[in-house]
Amino acid sequence: MEKTVALELRHLTKTFGSVTANKNVDLTVYRGEILAILGENGSGKTTLMNMISGLYYPDSGHILIGGEEVVIGSPKDAFRYKIGMVHQHFKLVDVFSAAENITLGMKDGKFNLKEAKKKISETASRYGFLLDPDKRVYQMSVSEKQTVEIVKVLYRGAEILILDEPTAVLTPQETEKLFDVLRRMRDDGKSIIIITHKLHEVLALTDRVAVLRKGEGVGTVNTAETNEAELTELMVGKKVSLNIERSEPKNCVDRLCVSHLTLTDREGRKILSDISFTARSGEILGIAGIAGSGQRELLETVAGLQKPDAGAISYLDPTTGETVNLLGKTPVQIRDLGVRLSFVPEDRLGMGLVGNMNIIDNMMLRSYRKGRSAFLNRKDPKNLAERIIESLEIVTPNAVTPVRRLSGGNVQKVLVGREIASSPTVLMVAYPVRGLDINSSYTIYNLLNRQKESGVSILFVGEDLDVLIGLCDRILVINSGRVTGIVDGRNAEKGEIGLLMTMTESRRNPAEEGREKQ
Amino acid sequence: MKAKESKREPLFHIVRRDHMPTWNRMLIRVLAVLAALIFCGILMVAIFHIDPFRFYRSMLDGAFKTPRRRWYLLQSMSILLCISLAVTPAFKMRFWNIGAEGQTMVGGLATAAVMFYLGGKIPTPLLFVAMIAAAILSAMIWALIPAVFKARWNTNETLFTLMMNYVAIQLVTFCIGNWVKSGSGILAPMSKYGLPKFGPSDYFPNILTVAVLTVLMFVYLRYSKHGYEISVVGESENTARYIGINVKKVILRTMALSGALCGIAGLLLVGGTNYTVSTSIVDNQGFTAIMVSWLAKFNPIFMILTSFLVAFLQAGTKQVSTDFRINESISDIVTAILLFFIIGCEFFIQYKILFNHRQKGSEQA
Repeated sequence: MEKTVALELRHLTKTFGSVTANKNVDLTVYRGEILAILGENGSGKTTLMNMISGLYYPDSGHILIGGEEVVIGSPKDAFRYKIGMVHQHFKLVDVFSAAENITLGMKDGKFNLKEAKKKISETASRYGFLLDPDKRVYQMSVSEKQTVEIVKVLYRGAEILILDEPTAVLTPQETEKLFDVLRRMRDDGKSIIIITHKLHEVLALTDRVAVLRKGEGVGTVNTAETNEAELTELMVGKKVSLNIERSEPKNCVDRLCVSHLTLTDREGRKILSDISFTARSGEILGIAGIAGSGQRELLETVAGLQKPDAGAISYLDPTTGETVNLLGKTPVQIRDLGVRLSFVPEDRLGMGLVGNMNIIDNMMLRSYRKGRSAFLNRKDPKNLAERIIESLEIVTPNAVTPVRRLSGGNVQKVLVGREIASSPTVLMVAYPVRGLDINSSYTIYNLLNRQKESGVSILFVGEDLDVLIGLCDRILVINSGRVTGIVDGRNAEKGEIGLLMTMTESRRNPAEEGREKQ
Repeated sequence: MKAKESKREPLFHIVRRDHMPTWNRMLIRVLAVLAALIFCGILMVAIFHIDPFRFYRSMLDGAFKTPRRRWYLLQSMSILLCISLAVTPAFKMRFWNIGAEGQTMVGGLATAAVMFYLGGKIPTPLLFVAMIAAAILSAMIWALIPAVFKARWNTNETLFTLMMNYVAIQLVTFCIGNWVKSGSGILAPMSKYGLPKFGPSDYFPNILTVAVLTVLMFVYLRYSKHGYEISVVGESENTARYIGINVKKVILRTMALSGALCGIAGLLLVGGTNYTVSTSIVDNQGFTAIMVSWLAKFNPIFMILTSFLVAFLQAGTKQVSTDFRINESISDIVTAILLFFIIGCEFFIQYKILFNHRQKGSEQA
């Protein structure tokens, strides 16, 4: 098949301070193909795409479109060259309808919403999107919002579409639908660049894969001629075993019993309804669900950060064998009861750690109250910080570096390290590997496994179903704040969990929420 | 064609800098201050046709020429520093207390009230204790009112504390109106009830008090558990909740401290300096203090420098305005120029400018 070059990058370089985000990157994108940009976190995928879409300006190098060198100084320039980017975080106006969002900011002649709507519907049906142009964004599900973003880019005539981790927020079923649409767009002659680090998606969808490592292009391979192991090796630079170890749970006893937990938020919406489960020592209990199904609130309620309306949370103390009621207790009260509960929240720098404080002071968050003195004891936290830096191989200039300057993986190691250091009996982790590269992710899985083996009861909220199935002993599926099933991690299937995540009542709930907001 | 495309390339672009070494940052700031002073000199030549060297001379004279002026400079610096210390813990907590003016005024008013009503009626040591207690407690209450509303109902503390300033001014007017029967609106100084004096200057006790407070505040913020809690609440309320800090309690406690320090500033102004109270007694130092605290990045030790700089400018420009018969607003203008340069130089600490000098066309194409 004759291939036409749509976009060509030559020796693109971009630095931020002393950090080189991209170095001499070459890339060719053809018409009518789906190209994956694959790389670990911090390998410069997003920076590269931002230079194509006009958000960053390259320090040196050339961008060629249709063989002509171009200067892309702003997103407007990018649009002129028919390049459109769908960002990871949607940029939509909530109270506007789909059509209003799509046409927003366009200045071509007279504005005619009716005609625009017709054109939007045409675009949507051409590629198999389901989109109601009159629906308002706040009433939409995440995947509908993404559809609006994609149609917005198409409506503006984009020929080269860049999608930044489009499947991160989707269920397996929604992902399949998106892939169908993308394939149709490819067949229509468009060039699609997709940033991702999910290997199985790369293999299922794309035609070619360009791999970046530490800001440099390490090669482009045809998807048909490669496999997961090879891609990982290209990405990481060495062979990595992709199997998560899972030991048999031993000496399981009930540790944390949650029953009929119900939580309503300030606006009166039900966040959790009637949640019951038991977490056992020496096992990892996974919690699966679409983002925002109540996972965060569930962990926060157990940790004493949210006040539930009804239900019970009881902790079975392994040393005394007594049952301790945790419901309605504050975090300090829970600790004073001798309950060793550790919590790695989803928002690492906004909740688990203080970004502007150094590693020592962050270690102190958990322990600073100790002792009667009015003054701080920085000695123990300092020792702890140094121990964690060494044992978890945290890359940092020293222990007094503000944690916000560390990379995502190292930030997470600081947080997990601190939470494990208090030798918990219950360890709750929310999205512990989000944004982490493969090596760091496996370090975290190993840490969790070691905790499990030492008899800790672990609650693991995750988004990647492959990881949940590979790591967890049991998986609790929640859907709009309700438990829809508990499956065995050893013989669970992705499709089954996906269905539990999206069972019918979830279809009803977002719309209801929208109405209540009004 | 290529040449035409290259023309559209922007002339420069701005890039975020890496972390800069501390001494480098300091150098940039010092350069900014010098540049500001040079700019002021140029302005003086251009607008008022004043010899710039006479202008600088006059500024230095205003601040340092006589021992009295030097002591006065230290005095105004310490009052400013005291109020800056007061707003600092609140600011570190991201509680925008812009009510220091009013809190100080209320502290001063309470001191004057004790002097007015109890002066001569109770033993002098007891009078001093009453003055101190009244100043601290009244300002503390004044600061706690917005804090309670913030902690309870999450009201906007910026507006609230600002409005409390105007209430404080009215309160002073009201009291003076009641106390001064002649209707002159000026309360005669009650010098004989003033706080005790010692040391080489009348201002010495004030200066010493503030020096001690500066060290205490530095230690409090850096080494105490309270100070740590203030930082955590300020950086992230979510983290504070997560580790079980009672955020409301910290807000109330910190604002009580903030108010208490304003009360001490009021005490020093009324009980240790002027022996009377008026609506202009704080002389906008409550607002200037915000700037002093910010410029020092909320570090009490750096605040010694920033408060000195501001006090020097105020004293120096006052002299300039008398020497050259220029309107007194020259003081504000010079201060503003300096601030513009100091704050502007932060840009160069955070970012660098890269000029694009790429070759036209491309070697490969």
